[in-house]
Amino acid sequence: MTEFEVPVLSIKNLNKQFGPGCDHCTNLEPLTLIKNYCSVCGTVYACRDVSFDVYPGEVLGIVGESGSGKSTLMQCLYFDQETTSGEAYISSYQNGMKNLFEESSQQKRYIRNHLMGKVYQNPLLGLKIDFSSIGNIAEKLIAAGSRNVERMEDRGSQLLSKVNIPVHRRKEAPKNFSGGMQQRVQIAKALSNQPQILLLDEVTTGLDLSVQASVLDLIKSLQREMNISIVLVSHDLGVIRMLADRTLVMLEGQVIEQGLTDQILEDPQAPFTQSLVHSLL
Amino acid sequence: MENLLEIRELSKSFTLHNLGKNIHAVSGIDIRLGEGDFVGITGKSGSGKSTILKCIFGTYRLQNGSIWYNSRKFGPLNIAAATNRQMIYLRKHEIGYVSQFLNVMPRTTARQLVKQAIVEMGRDQVHAEKETEQILSHFELDPELWDSYPATFSGGEKLRLNIARAMVKKPRLLLLDEPTASLDYESKMKVKVLIEQLMHEGTTMLGIFHDLEFMNNLCDREYNMQNGVFTLAH
Repeated sequence: MTEFEVPVLSIKNLNKQFGPGCDHCTNLEPLTLIKNYCSVCGTVYACRDVSFDVYPGEVLGIVGESGSGKSTLMQCLYFDQETTSGEAYISSYQNGMKNLFEESSQQKRYIRNHLMGKVYQNPLLGLKIDFSSIGNIAEKLIAAGSRNVERMEDRGSQLLSKVNIPVHRRKEAPKNFSGGMQQRVQIAKALSNQPQILLLDEVTTGLDLSVQASVLDLIKSLQREMNISIVLVSHDLGVIRMLADRTLVMLEGQVIEQGLTDQILEDPQAPFTQSLVHSLL
Repeated sequence: MENLLEIRELSKSFTLHNLGKNIHAVSGIDIRLGEGDFVGITGKSGSGKSTILKCIFGTYRLQNGSIWYNSRKFGPLNIAAATNRQMIYLRKHEIGYVSQFLNVMPRTTARQLVKQAIVEMGRDQVHAEKETEQILSHFELDPELWDSYPATFSGGEKLRLNIARAMVKKPRLLLLDEPTASLDYESKMKVKVLIEQLMHEGTTMLGIFHDLEFMNNLCDREYNMQNGVFTLAH
């Protein structure tokens, strides 16, 4: 069956290891590892041969327990980490012909600033916590080449009101804000250059329920209005159920199962996925 | 492909790894649905009726057999081998699923829910807004409820909203999973009228009904399930 649509983002055989690897772990079968750890040289294989596509306007969920490589994967996609090997293509960048991981750091910065946005679980990673909120957004706008202060102020205010941050508090630093508000400032910042792809790494983890709900509602409405593609990492199956069209399940750095979100939740196949789903119910 | 849907030798079981069990649900199911057919399935609860519908909708992955669906977009397509993206497309445009449970986004009003379904079909906002109001009043949903959350609705209201949402998409194939269970007589009759209307519009339907009386006057054919075995009743 030929493909009837073109993916926005395509990841092929992504590998990320921490440590040099040794004869014991590189030349032998993965079975010699303890989970994804080599007991001889101490290398951790954080992502192993991960491949997936993200299509226009869809939300792709990634679930897995802590340490399964979800965040490392997201860091690789946003160039926060150097990948060990693998390929990534964005359809609108060089016609989807150039492997992003092999681009110069200047080009990677361009891709980060123009084509992608990322929201981290920890606002300290995504924001300059002592700078004004609107300044945080301006930072990303400037990085993408904006120089007109008035226009940036307009755009910043517009984004902040979109994520329900009162405009009169736009000059306040995120450190004065609640956790939920900080996440919303991060989302505004991530959206500032109208990216095609939004990476969300555990955005609602650690927020209380009503605040979680408001952040999730915001993400859903943004996705509907802007038709943005989202990669959503979460260990919370409720969040995945609410937002994701398709879901990948990761264990020990590998994708062990993928499918429609209702397939994963109602008819999980792998033993790990089953125990994950049953823990929810 | 002559029929709209051809299920051949479908079997499905569930392997529960942590319990070391294999639960057999259904096997050897053959169903054929021509365009415009209305086929009913009866049987005890636990006999595997819903399993069949969930296999067709792609929620369950089958072990054996095939589910050939004659898609407008893809031509004859084996749902058992379709990609996830193809399934998402079919769910948006061709195959609808209605159960007695309303599965919706929390904090979304009835109006938004129906409107989203229309927008997904590619209509513009203004048109969708109008059509939403038409549909909601057609389904006799009290206008006071339009802007409130379905979680607060009664069973009958939820169900009518559920069918409304499925109907606006004008699916070619509509799967009905005991839509009338837990409804009182009056609500049941309302649902019946809606189903008859869909029949007149030529929607192909495969439905599970507990209520034999309800089904008898409607279906072209009726299958009975017993212990995972399928027999033609009429």
